[in-house]
Amino acid sequence: MKEKKAKKIVFKSAGEMPTMVISIGSQTHNLTGAWRNIRPEIDLSKCLKCGICWKFCPEPSIDIVDEWPVVDYDYCKGCGICAEECPAKCIVMVEERR
Amino acid sequence: MKKVMMGNHALSYGAMLSRSQVIAAYPITPQTQVVELLSEMCADGTLDAQFIKVESEHSAMASCIGASVAGARAFTATSAQGLALMHEMLHWASGGRHPIVMGNVNRSMAPGWSIWTDQNDSLSQRDTGWMQYYCSSNQEVLDTVIQAFKVSEALMIPAMVVLDAFALSHTYEVVDIPDQAVVDKYLPPFKPEIRLTPSDPRAFGGLTGSEHYFELRYKLQKDMEKAPALIEETGREYEKLFGRTLGLVDPYRCDDAEFVFVTSGTAGFTARVAVDDLRKSGVKAGNLRIKVFRPFPFVKVREILQKVRKAAVVDRNCSYGAHGIFYQEVKSALYGEAGMPPVFGYVTGLGGRDITVDSFKEVAAHALAKDKADEEIVWIGVKK
Repeated sequence: MKEKKAKKIVFKSAGEMPTMVISIGSQTHNLTGAWRNIRPEIDLSKCLKCGICWKFCPEPSIDIVDEWPVVDYDYCKGCGICAEECPAKCIVMVEERR
Repeated sequence: MKKVMMGNHALSYGAMLSRSQVIAAYPITPQTQVVELLSEMCADGTLDAQFIKVESEHSAMASCIGASVAGARAFTATSAQGLALMHEMLHWASGGRHPIVMGNVNRSMAPGWSIWTDQNDSLSQRDTGWMQYYCSSNQEVLDTVIQAFKVSEALMIPAMVVLDAFALSHTYEVVDIPDQAVVDKYLPPFKPEIRLTPSDPRAFGGLTGSEHYFELRYKLQKDMEKAPALIEETGREYEKLFGRTLGLVDPYRCDDAEFVFVTSGTAGFTARVAVDDLRKSGVKAGNLRIKVFRPFPFVKVREILQKVRKAAVVDRNCSYGAHGIFYQEVKSALYGEAGMPPVFGYVTGLGGRDITVDSFKEVAAHALAKDKADEEIVWIGVKK
């Protein structure tokens, strides 16, 4: 899985901020997975390990760990492209209940 | 070296002497010759710059922003509809703090389709966070481009150098071209603290949450507030090297004046002729030409106008539903201060209708006959 080591930067005053709008690693802490309404769930017993879900994920929120696909729910927005493209139809989109 | 040139070419020479490194522009009447000459200078080696041909003004500004982020001095020029198409990118340039300098030739916004001058195109960009300089002569255009780069790069805020369509853009005047070596002394190479480079990879202009955005904009305003003093200081420095001063405002016979025209652009110089004529007929007239519109020179305007009995602001623009735009700014500069004169507001010259000495005499006749200013716009030269 992705390592998230960066510390969140919050400036205490305008004076200590850079003038230009530059990256300060905010995406590490902005967990866009919270936007998700439906979540992909993979039935690994039917998985062909073809990597198509990994290739098509636009975020990218699917990693291949020891040859098997793993969804990173911190960032997956639930678009459903993986489920649509999976040739074995082993990914289903399940409604989030929170 | 002195040369007879049009206002548009004064912009080109200003950009050349500033050693612009990237020029990205799209042609539009009445700006075309600005970039025509710059492309020739790039082609024949007079100017060592990348000339990027683009398919729109939006892309022209986007290219300048990219160049500026990478640490290059970037220049472009446009007019009216082109400037309007750039609008989104203008915010990117100022919000991202990219000190691009752009020439804008004041042309009336369509419809009716027009290539002639008024100020509504640039004044519509008032709140984009760009500095705006309004010029009255070709010499001032050339000089201001060089100064604008110096001020912009010190503050990391972009600037527009504005000139009237045809009345300046296509009018030939004698222009003294400063010596390149002295310009180099005045304007050293652009070296931003942070830039886009593979050795220090960063993303620019990205997502900024509510915990930081407010402070970024606070810093933009605070740096904009430093501009008036810096414009005056760099203007004096310019005078030492080149003999011509560049300031926030240009007062003419204001010291003992009782009645002052407040003007901008070429009409500023026309007003001087009217001032001289009025003085001959016994009216102590003066002219306050506002050179810098953003940041607005509140203090200077107050200092000069507090000594006069009446001020008449002549606007070549209109904020529909309100009033002339300089008129509103001047009134807000004086409001709440004791002993300020009544301010009369006039709108004239839209769509390139000439503003003549007689126009100013009509303004003077109206204002001098009244004790109190009308709330409504007083129109000069319109066929009612």
